[in-house]
Amino acid sequence: MKSLLGPTLATLSVAALLAGCSSPQHQEITVFAAASLQPTFSELGSQFEKDYPGTKVTFNFAGSADLVTQLKHGAPADVFASADTANMTAAVDAGLTAGEPVNFASNTLTIVTPPGNALNITTFADLADPGTQVVVCAPQVPCGAATEKLEQATGVRLTPVSEESAVIDVLGKITSGQADAGLVYITDASRAGSRVESIPVPESSSAVNTYPIAVLAESANPSAAHKFVELVTDPRGQTALTAAGFGSP
Amino acid sequence: MTAARRADGLIQVAVPTWIYLPAAVGTLFVIAPLIAMLFAVDWAHFIPLITSESSRAALILSLKTATASTLVCAFIGIPMALVLARGNFPGLAVLRALVLLPLVLPPVVGGIALLYTFGRQGLLGHQLDLVGFRIAFSTAAVVLAQSFVSLPFLVLSLEGALRSAGAGYEHIAATLGARPSTVLRTVTVPLVLPGLISGAVLAFARSLGEFGATLTFAGSLQGVTRTLPLEIYLQRETDADAAVALSLVLIVVAAVIVIASAGRRLAGLR
Repeated sequence: MKSLLGPTLATLSVAALLAGCSSPQHQEITVFAAASLQPTFSELGSQFEKDYPGTKVTFNFAGSADLVTQLKHGAPADVFASADTANMTAAVDAGLTAGEPVNFASNTLTIVTPPGNALNITTFADLADPGTQVVVCAPQVPCGAATEKLEQATGVRLTPVSEESAVIDVLGKITSGQADAGLVYITDASRAGSRVESIPVPESSSAVNTYPIAVLAESANPSAAHKFVELVTDPRGQTALTAAGFGSP
Repeated sequence: MTAARRADGLIQVAVPTWIYLPAAVGTLFVIAPLIAMLFAVDWAHFIPLITSESSRAALILSLKTATASTLVCAFIGIPMALVLARGNFPGLAVLRALVLLPLVLPPVVGGIALLYTFGRQGLLGHQLDLVGFRIAFSTAAVVLAQSFVSLPFLVLSLEGALRSAGAGYEHIAATLGARPSTVLRTVTVPLVLPGLISGAVLAFARSLGEFGATLTFAGSLQGVTRTLPLEIYLQRETDADAAVALSLVLIVVAAVIVIASAGRRLAGLR
């Protein structure tokens, strides 16, 4: 027994030493971000891990309202980036954030059609033509709220065949050729590449969604969290966001 | 527990006492979330929440489409179960496995598969579109999605009932000169009716809860394609209280159906 105990204890203490050595460098932050930020933030996450060796960034991408619900129910996270101010306000009101949120990007709507634009849609008013199957977001979600604003600004009333609960579901109906046209964010259209055709809507400047970001009150690692927010708001972050189709805040 | 000697002389073996503990934990695991739901409901506004225009539209659409899907499942599922239980041809086992596939498929995958079959650009949808029959974004698409995911429930229940009933009575009827169709109508169907009913109830309940395939394949529009689960999913975005209230409605409807059918089945066994 004694002969076994000695080596075991030695191994344990070496393990403890090793763990002790690596812990000051090893940091981890969790970023809760709106689904539309996925490609850009993933890229910035890799950049962040390169800038601060030993730091690991984990992402949770989902609808902004979903993320707020998860945070309210105690999901551990360090940073929250929302696709609209309404959901960030909800997070601030629930006491989830530490300090003021910062606006870091904006997004506007565009018309998308399957490649070829068979119905030759050129303006927002064309979407209201009888027989045109249009898919939009439901008014309850941010992209749907923007769609309603756009309808008010143009005075064109749409009769969509479907009101989806996520912008990705609108895009899916277009890339699969199910519908004739849809309204999605410019960033979603640019992500879809050649699988859709984009038709810009000049009036969309009246329905801009602003993206705020904030460090969370429950953050276990606030200094790293602040550094991540800095990266998003500094020129490197802004360049990456612009490349993805986001506008300035 | 000791074995008790019953009046008819057979020894009844009781379940070991310790089995009750994990069984109780299991029961709690199923029931606790339902109880938590009751606590989460905003009772003061419960009635207005579940009788709003969008809620009523979703509930009515759900009941209508689930009924239609159950009929579709019965129409094609009864012949399928008969072939699987009584048929005799090579490849039957492979066929059974394929037919039951929607049971293990994630509903979203089912929705995508339906999209590429009946969608506008799909394998069959393109031809249907040419003759002016468009399924996309219609209530028919909801019924199609629900039938696809519910069919295995009916087929599986009925096939099981057919197998346990055996073919003995059918053989006797045939020996007495009854034609196959007469045997089916007067012997087989009455014999497996309880199994058929429980299969239909399962299919109805599954249709009522269908979400993934509907969302992917049919879209979401009030009164046309937005069934109760889709309405709950959408309400959750802005009005958590409405989502919880509607969830409770769905649970109650499902529970009533399942309990009613269980009672019926027990009565049928006696």
